[in-house]
Formats: sequence, C-alpha cells, structure tokens
Amino acid sequence: MTTTVTRTRRRARWAAPLLAVGLIAAACGGDDAGNGNGDDENGSSTPTVGGETQDLSGTLLGAGATFPTPLFLEWLGAYQEIEPEVDINYQSVGSGGGIEQFLSETVDFGSTERYLTDEEVEEAEEIRGCASIHIPVVFGSVTVAYNLPQIEGEELVLDAETTAAIFARDITNWNDPAIAALNPDLDLPDVDMIPVHRSDGSGTTYIFTRYLSDEVESWDDEYGFGSEINWAAGTVGGAGNEGVTAGVQQNPGGIGYVSFAYAVENDIPVASQINADGNAVAPTVETVAAAPAAIVDELPEDLRFDILNVGADAFPIVGTNWVLAWECGYDENTEELLKAFWTWAVTEGAPIAEDLVYAPLTGPVIDLALEQIDKINSQN
Amino acid sequence: MTVVDTPTSERDPVNPFKSTERGGKVDPIFRWVLRSSGVLVLAILALMVLRTTWAAWPVFASEGLDFFTGTLWSVGPSRSEVTGTYGAWPFIYGTLVSSALAIIIALPLAICTALYLTQLAPPRIARPGSYLVEMLASVPSIIFGLWGLLWFLPNVLRPVMNFLEDTLGQSFPPFSILFEGPVFGVSYFAAGVVLAIMILPIITAICREVFMLAPEGEKQAAYGLGATRWEVIRKVVLARSVPGVVGGTMLGLGRALGETVAVAMLIGASQRVGTSLLFPGDSMAAVIFNTFADGAPEAIWALFAIGVTLFFITMIVNILARLLVWRIGRITGDATV
Repeated sequence: MTTTVTRTRRRARWAAPLLAVGLIAAACGGDDAGNGNGDDENGSSTPTVGGETQDLSGTLLGAGATFPTPLFLEWLGAYQEIEPEVDINYQSVGSGGGIEQFLSETVDFGSTERYLTDEEVEEAEEIRGCASIHIPVVFGSVTVAYNLPQIEGEELVLDAETTAAIFARDITNWNDPAIAALNPDLDLPDVDMIPVHRSDGSGTTYIFTRYLSDEVESWDDEYGFGSEINWAAGTVGGAGNEGVTAGVQQNPGGIGYVSFAYAVENDIPVASQINADGNAVAPTVETVAAAPAAIVDELPEDLRFDILNVGADAFPIVGTNWVLAWECGYDENTEELLKAFWTWAVTEGAPIAEDLVYAPLTGPVIDLALEQIDKINSQN
Repeated sequence: MTVVDTPTSERDPVNPFKSTERGGKVDPIFRWVLRSSGVLVLAILALMVLRTTWAAWPVFASEGLDFFTGTLWSVGPSRSEVTGTYGAWPFIYGTLVSSALAIIIALPLAICTALYLTQLAPPRIARPGSYLVEMLASVPSIIFGLWGLLWFLPNVLRPVMNFLEDTLGQSFPPFSILFEGPVFGVSYFAAGVVLAIMILPIITAICREVFMLAPEGEKQAAYGLGATRWEVIRKVVLARSVPGVVGGTMLGLGRALGETVAVAMLIGASQRVGTSLLFPGDSMAAVIFNTFADGAPEAIWALFAIGVTLFFITMIVNILARLLVWRIGRITGDATV
C-alpha cells in the first residue's frame, strides 16, 4: 500500500519541472487569462448544456502555492482522462507569487495557503470591479519532525507552549522538565536541541507560526506569524521541506516542522500535538481532516479563516489551501472550465488527495466550497 | 607599375591593407556595431541599477542608514507601504564573513596548486592537472550546494567542526569566540569552505597564468647565483606575480560575494549575527533567493534594497582591487597582468 503511494508521488515530482516547462511555453504562446469580456476566440468549443458530463475544451492557467503541487498534478492528470480536451496548467511559484499573479490578472486562478489580507481584498475589488473568491480545496497539516535515536519507535507528545519554547530557544535540551512532563514514559536523554525552520518564505511556516501565535502569547509578542518570520538566534534554516528534513536528520537532537505529507513519504518520526481539549493527537489523514470539520459552524462567509483552537480528536496544526477566483470577468468557456474542474476536484478528487496524505474536504465543508465555486463569474 | 592601380582589383598585392572600396563601406558599419555593443552593455548596467534602486526606494527612504546597520529583519504584509522593519546587517555580515573565509582558505591552496603545476609538476601531470582544475570551475553551483549539504557537510565538515569546537573553541580568544559551539552543521563555516572550493579554480587558473609569465631570464640568473628552487620561487616567481595574484583573488572574491544557491543551502538561513563561525547565518544573495518567491510587495522592495547594497559592495571590492593592483604594479615596477 505504502509503496503505491510513494510511487505515485515520485512520478508527480518528476512531472513538476516538465509541467513547468510546458507552462512557460503556454504562457508565452498567448494570454488566455485576460478578462475575456470580448469575443470568445475559442469558436470550436462544444456548446454546453449543463450537467456534469459535458465535453469541455480549452485552457486554464493557474499559479501559486508549492505545497499542493503534487496533488494538483495528480488531479490534473486524472481530470485529463475524463475531459481530454481540457488543458490546465499550474505554475508552482509559491503562495506570494500566486497572489501576485492573481491580482495582476495573468492567471485564471491563484492558489495560496494564506488568505488575502483586507488590503488585498480591497485592491482586488478595485482591479476587477468585483469581489475575489476564496475556495478551500484541500487541507494540510504541519508536523514537528525530530531526530532523537534514543526514543526511536516511541510516541513523543508536545503542546503549543513547549513547541513555542523550543523554537524560541527557551528550551534547548531534550531533557528539559517541560518535555519530560508531557512524556512521563519517555527516558529523555541529555542532548542539545537544534531547531530547524524553513529558510524560504512558505505557507508551511505560515500555518505553523499562526498556530503558535494563537496559542502562545509570548510567541505572538516576540515573533508573530507569517510566511517568513524573524527566527530566534540559534535556530537553523533549511530550504524547502527537503532542507528542513536534511537539517533534522543530520543533527542528532534536531527538530523541525515539515508538511505532514512530506514526513510520511520520507518516514520521518513526527510528534503528537496536544489540542484544545487536552488530547494528544497523532497526525493522520483522519485527524487532520477532523480539524476543519470541527470549526465549520464558525467559518466566516468569505471563507477566509484560520483553523485554530480545535479539540476532540482533531490534529491542531492544520492549514487550508485556497484557490482564488473572481466573481466577474471570465468568458463563458473559462467559467465553465473553472467550475467544472474545481467541483470535480473537491468532490471526486478526494480519494486522490487521501492517497497523497492530504486531507480532503469533508461533509459540510464541501457544501461551503461548492457555494463559493458557484459564485465564479456570478457578477458578470 | 600601373597594374596595381586598376580599380577592379579588390586587393593590392603590394599593400594588402590598403583601403578598398568595400572596406570603405564596411568600416562605418563595423564601427557602429562595436560602439552600440559597448553602449548597450553600459545601458543595461545603468538600467539595472536604476530600476532596482527605484524599486528599493521606499525601503531606503523609510529605514535610512538603519537599513545597513539594523539587525532586525521583520517583513510586513503590505502592498502599498513599508510596515515591517528592515535591517540588513545580518545578511551583509554573513556575505562578508563567508567570502572572507573562502578567500582565506582558497588563496594559499590556489597559490600552492598553481606553483606545483607551473614549477614542479612534469608536463604529463601539469597539463591534465590544469584541465581538471578548470573543470572544477564549470560545475554548476547547485551541484556544489546539494553535494555540500547532503554529503560533504555530514561526512567531512561536521567532524572538522566538532574538532575545531573541541580544540580551538575551548582555548582562548579570539579562537574561543570564533569556534564557539554548539555545532549546528549549516553555518558560516560550512558556506565558507564550500565557497572556497568553488572559487579555487578561478584563482588557481589566474595564478597559473601569472606564474608562467615569470621572466625565465631572472629565474635562470637566480639559479646561476646558487639559489635553491624554493628561493627562486619565493624571490623571483612570487615577487613578480603579486599584482596578478591580487587580481585573481579579487575575481574569486567577486564570485564568492555573489554566489547564491550553494550559500543559501549551507549558510543556515538564520537572520541573526553570530560571532562564532560555527553559527548559522544568512547572506545577501541567499536571502533574496530564499524569500523572493513568497514575499509580499513590501518584502520584495526590501529584497531589491539588499540587491542594490550587494551591487555596491561588489563594485567597491572591484575598485579596491584595481587600486591595489595598480599600486603594487607601481611599487614592483612590473607590468604583469
């Protein structure tokens, strides 16, 4: 079972650079993405009659977060088999780049792990004369990976306070009483801790620091949250999940945060986290998916939300990947394609997401996402 | 002889360089092509400086001189104004320290390699040896970065760093400060050593050229006076080559200052100034590389500001190098390189 997962992921990773090359070509070839109020160039597109299984054709261009790229590639591949005439290109340029390209209207959709700020929402409104839409499409969690051979095979439990203290360098040794108190059964050795963080601006960092800021006041005062922050002295940066993992695995006593999917793929031990109800929860696809489901009633109408303070059996460090789209300005064909693909992705695409250890939308969250998808081009 | 004066003849057999009709037409075009190439290079340079400075201006304006001396780098999310705090000293410091370390390691090694290749090695070793050194220069820096991070660092550098920390780090200042623990792995030291390997071929190649130009007559004269090989190398070859070696070193330094990927992977990306070489830090090129993709517009202005700073530091290094070469050239009265 695990082997199949790994194989698919590996294929996806190889495909990424190839796809990117294709993208550049597509981007240079012609700008399909502009606000197509004018004539529809694609005269040959099959007329659509509503319903799910129409023969669509055309091109979509998207850009944004790197975190969901392996999943998007699998989704695109699977969707191509259903709708062979639909060509969707996704540029994996980072959340910041995705927002930037979305706001400069060079893509049909953006993708990001941090929702637009109020300033950006207002700017978006001015740019196109209608609102932008946040569509949650998948959830992912950030897990604390560690390298401590002495406790191999045993469960390490951390809470927000301790995690924050480790990354603030207030706790510098594995035998610190705060860690021992959370792990009474573990025999923690006298080993220096070496915290490893992401050196590149990243949605993973945003999700991790957003959680710490919300839970720990002193962290919020000193470091705050964002896709890059000013880390404490004595911490080490690594580029990408790979860099952090290398930093953790090469340093006995290393501890760092990586995307859960990456930790599973590389078989890195990760800590269980104590959630708002005081339960120690190990990250799994189910416990991650439980987090957004737990707060579904409290979500704001525009679906710009953080997943914080979750209890029960939900893993607490979970972030959302949104697709950004507009309420107006698409031509009819692009509108059809956007709606059809993302509807398919959040509903039919769930098993693919689970295979790749992403947490798909569940139950009421799917309905919310579909409502958002329905708003695409509604103000045209 | 009037034969040579026939207008149909393209080339004058007596004076082949005499202007022909075609040459007269081509000359202005040729001049124009050369001139515009020269102007183009300068224009591109000027455009780059202007454009980056313009993009960086909001940050320079809001931070002032604190941009160069401040140690807090805290980016804001804004699209229209500067809300964060941008102090680039940790990056400037990291660039200077890692480059200095690279030069300190690479220069003696390069001089020795070049001396061996030019003065001692038999030709069947000298020629392939020179090729190999130059081949090192063509290895892409991402390879140095990956190899450095995944193999060289854990297998070679870490034991070395542990050793340095155990010995020099436990001794007395300044060594106890420079090699203070703990050993993190990625650090100024790791970046400096890998940078040294990267600039080694550049400095070696130039030193080799320079050493080969040492006047054979003077060498023979020195041998004739009973000088040993070491004395000839020291008093003739090296003494004559100082300006060239300085020039080569500055070229290497230029590459070290601007090197991006390998440094980004090895320096540790910690936005703090560490006095110990074993601490993780960050460099100017590396922070631009690392955070550009995900930055909000104001963060990108700040990265442009770092870019401008890096440009001026590199320029100052180049000017200093020119002055140094010129000055030494006047002292030694030698025109080498």
